[in-house]
Amino acid sequence: MIRFANVSKRYPGGFEALGNVSFHMEKGAMAFLTGHSGAGKSTLLKLIALIERASRGQIFLDGENVSDVHRRRIPYIRRKIGFIFQDHHLLHDRTVYDNVALPLVISGYRHQDIGRRVRAALDKLGLLSKERLYPVTLSGGEQQRVGIARAVVNKPTLLLADEPTGNLDPDLSREIMQLFGLFNEVGVSVLIATHDVDLIRSMDYPVLTLEHGHLAGAREEVA
Amino acid sequence: MIGRRRKPRGGANRRQAPPARLLHPRVYLLRHVQVALDSLGRLYRNPLPSLMTAAVIGIALALPTSLYLLLDNLHRLSGSWDGQASISVFLKDRVPAAQRDRLAAQLRDWQEIASVRVITPEQALQEYSARSGLGDALGALDKNPLPAVLVVVPRASQRGADPAAALQQKINALPAVDLAELDLAWVQRLNAMLEIARRGILLFSALLALAVLLVIGNTIRLEIQNRRDEIVVTKLLGATNPFVRRPFLYSGVWYGLLGALLAWLLVAGGFMLLAGPVATLAGLYQSDFMLHTLPVVTLAVLLGSGILLGLLGSWLAVGRHLSAIEPG
Repeated sequence: MIRFANVSKRYPGGFEALGNVSFHMEKGAMAFLTGHSGAGKSTLLKLIALIERASRGQIFLDGENVSDVHRRRIPYIRRKIGFIFQDHHLLHDRTVYDNVALPLVISGYRHQDIGRRVRAALDKLGLLSKERLYPVTLSGGEQQRVGIARAVVNKPTLLLADEPTGNLDPDLSREIMQLFGLFNEVGVSVLIATHDVDLIRSMDYPVLTLEHGHLAGAREEVA
Repeated sequence: MIGRRRKPRGGANRRQAPPARLLHPRVYLLRHVQVALDSLGRLYRNPLPSLMTAAVIGIALALPTSLYLLLDNLHRLSGSWDGQASISVFLKDRVPAAQRDRLAAQLRDWQEIASVRVITPEQALQEYSARSGLGDALGALDKNPLPAVLVVVPRASQRGADPAAALQQKINALPAVDLAELDLAWVQRLNAMLEIARRGILLFSALLALAVLLVIGNTIRLEIQNRRDEIVVTKLLGATNPFVRRPFLYSGVWYGLLGALLAWLLVAGGFMLLAGPVATLAGLYQSDFMLHTLPVVTLAVLLGSGILLGLLGSWLAVGRHLSAIEPG
């Protein structure tokens, strides 16, 4: 699903955020990405989301080499990915329903399909009764679940989560992680960046550890 | 390698066939309608700022429109004389009727001349006393003081200022002629002045159009800044640039259209205020001249320019500021 081949990222000014990173995450896999802050977790996610472009090396997403992909193709690649952010990135002037519907509106789904899919996603995350509310009226855990509903409503093949439990207490964090596990069980590839070591230890998934921009341990064989 | 933990192939097939992207023309059109209405709704939810922007645009559009209409009315007024370019030839007092008719016949043979109408002193007196109301006073005179007049209408090709003036001089040189007067001179001067005014208004309109462009551009720029987070999120969720651009372009169009409608109201109101006094003035000149308000064509041009300026202004703002907003 995700393959990095000798990928480096150097920012203007010379700071090397990632150096010669190679790994392969298979379709349908779930893994954690961890490391101290500044180790390059965010940069790695940004490279996958095509927010940043690699300085060297090649990146494959779902079999497609996206290293030199044209700017105009980027939106269509992003539609295959569900993003979950630490601070949710919900739109506060829209209801829960409209927030979750956004990816479908962007992809040009029909009105009827949007309603059906949004309700299915909200139902799965236990938010059906909140669809008319605005995000500010929800608790932190609920907001994060709205963010997850928005990420999965488009049935993406890959879920990318950046510190999804950063603002949540341990119980809620575990609950969110179990949700990711459920999505993974129906075939969605999941990559979660987090520094919550306890949480990672409590769950039995492979871990990619970044240290100063390099993958720790044997490359290509993180399992 | 990060392997799969389980072999979850069950749900995969379902996902592999996402419904075809449904940008069927009708769906596409429906989206546009939705975005357009959504943009209008945004304007409606902030009525005061929207109205103020629309008012600035409206005033800027109303100025050239009303000037143009005033000019158009003056043209209409002068135009009613334009077609009758004629030379009034006053004959000397003692020219007998026979010589007068010979002269008329002779002039009719000139190739520059289309027609010659003879007004005898008697006809002139009749007409004058009928129109001036001085019939009694004229009756008191022992002799008709009015000369015979030949009304010479040049051929269409000779109606320009120069050929008409040449013809006038040629007639003036004839021995029986006391005075040949070109009636058109002042109309032509007026027309020349109107032409200058027209150019001036054109220039003025261009400047105000530029002002409208800048106002809309700036408004849209602010809106883009206010919705920066939303733009970042939609781009992350896979929105294409046209998708992000669309609501702002529609906002610009709405601003332009609302401004143009306001301009129309202002102009129509202004002309309504003027209509009464103008009718009174026209009445004093025994004319049935009426102030022409916005003809449909002008209204269409006004609304069209509003929409076009709105689109252009927002396009400029969007082009400059939207591409700078990328997730990061």
